[in-house]
Amino acid sequence: MHEWALAEAVIAAAAEAAEKERLKGITEVQIKVGELQQVELDILEFALSQLKTDKFKNAKFKIATAKAELQCRVCGHKWVFNKETLDKDAAEAIHFVPEVAHTYIKCPKCGSPDFEIIEGRGVWLESIKGAK
Amino acid sequence: MVDPRVSIIDERMRDIRKVIAVSSGKGGVGKSLIASILGLTLAKKGYKVGLFDLDFTSPSTHIILGIEGVQPKEDKGIIPPKVHGLEYMSIVYYSRDQATPLRGADVSNALIELLSITKWGKLDFLVLDMPPGIGDATLDLIRLIKKAEFLIVTTPSQLAFETVKKLASLLNGLRVPIVGVIENMKMNQSETIRQQTQKLGLTYLSGIPYDPNIEKTIGKTNRLLDTRFAKKVEQIVPSL
Repeated sequence: MHEWALAEAVIAAAAEAAEKERLKGITEVQIKVGELQQVELDILEFALSQLKTDKFKNAKFKIATAKAELQCRVCGHKWVFNKETLDKDAAEAIHFVPEVAHTYIKCPKCGSPDFEIIEGRGVWLESIKGAK
Repeated sequence: MVDPRVSIIDERMRDIRKVIAVSSGKGGVGKSLIASILGLTLAKKGYKVGLFDLDFTSPSTHIILGIEGVQPKEDKGIIPPKVHGLEYMSIVYYSRDQATPLRGADVSNALIELLSITKWGKLDFLVLDMPPGIGDATLDLIRLIKKAEFLIVTTPSQLAFETVKKLASLLNGLRVPIVGVIENMKMNQSETIRQQTQKLGLTYLSGIPYDPNIEKTIGKTNRLLDTRFAKKVEQIVPSL
């Protein structure tokens, strides 16, 4: 359920962005969710709908997902994160703190834990739209 | 694209009266021990205290405090468990105390994640056990927790104190408050570090004598608080 905490962050960031853009009301919020964090999209959407303030009353939350792409810094091998290769505890730990992927995941080619999360780590606010 | 997590950190810190970052220029000066004992001491005095181990690649406060078999609760975020009177947070809950090799950007990301999802509630003090130096964690902390105050730990070694000068210079330049300096592992009555600290315009909080018996108390909180070391740490509480 820590999707609520992330949803609070999205609402706060979108409100800050709207303030910067001097928007009176927000009509659309685009969110990108990386698969490494294994966010439950239903819960995130529900939390967003419950947390939205007046400024968001006409807002649609559009959530897109992105595959988590990893690249080994040692041998250069690229691969896509697959939750099914992990045990339940490891997958849950990565859900809370995606960086602990470096504890549980190794490069499938050379075995190094020194890899980069190129894309698809967690939750990003992509854009907002609204009326001035 | 905006990282939304940063926008909620002020809210998460809102009900925390004081954030004390126990830091140093060099490793091995006793930061984790001082942070742990400071946390325990404040809790024993009746304050509401959180302890957050930010040394993600080498966490050790859980070993000092003998913490195992507990996990945070989930309730619209992460609620740290209360252990020995402290609300205790560490990456070891998620790394299962295994090696977690992180580069700088990963350290930043893990720090931002935990700051944005951890719900501390109302605290008098949040004690942070910092990694050594002026790298990513220190820079992020300065950027993200505006109310953080630094407590700097050194040893009598000139090598350690040279790095204190650099840390203090960074903090002073950014107008980040420094509570003062603790000189740990003192082997004699030398006043050199006290004088050099005062020369920097900083408060010399305490000189803690080297205690060869402290190692035997690791993991045993009652015995930790009975040490001469802990009595010395207790003396700095009025300065916080």
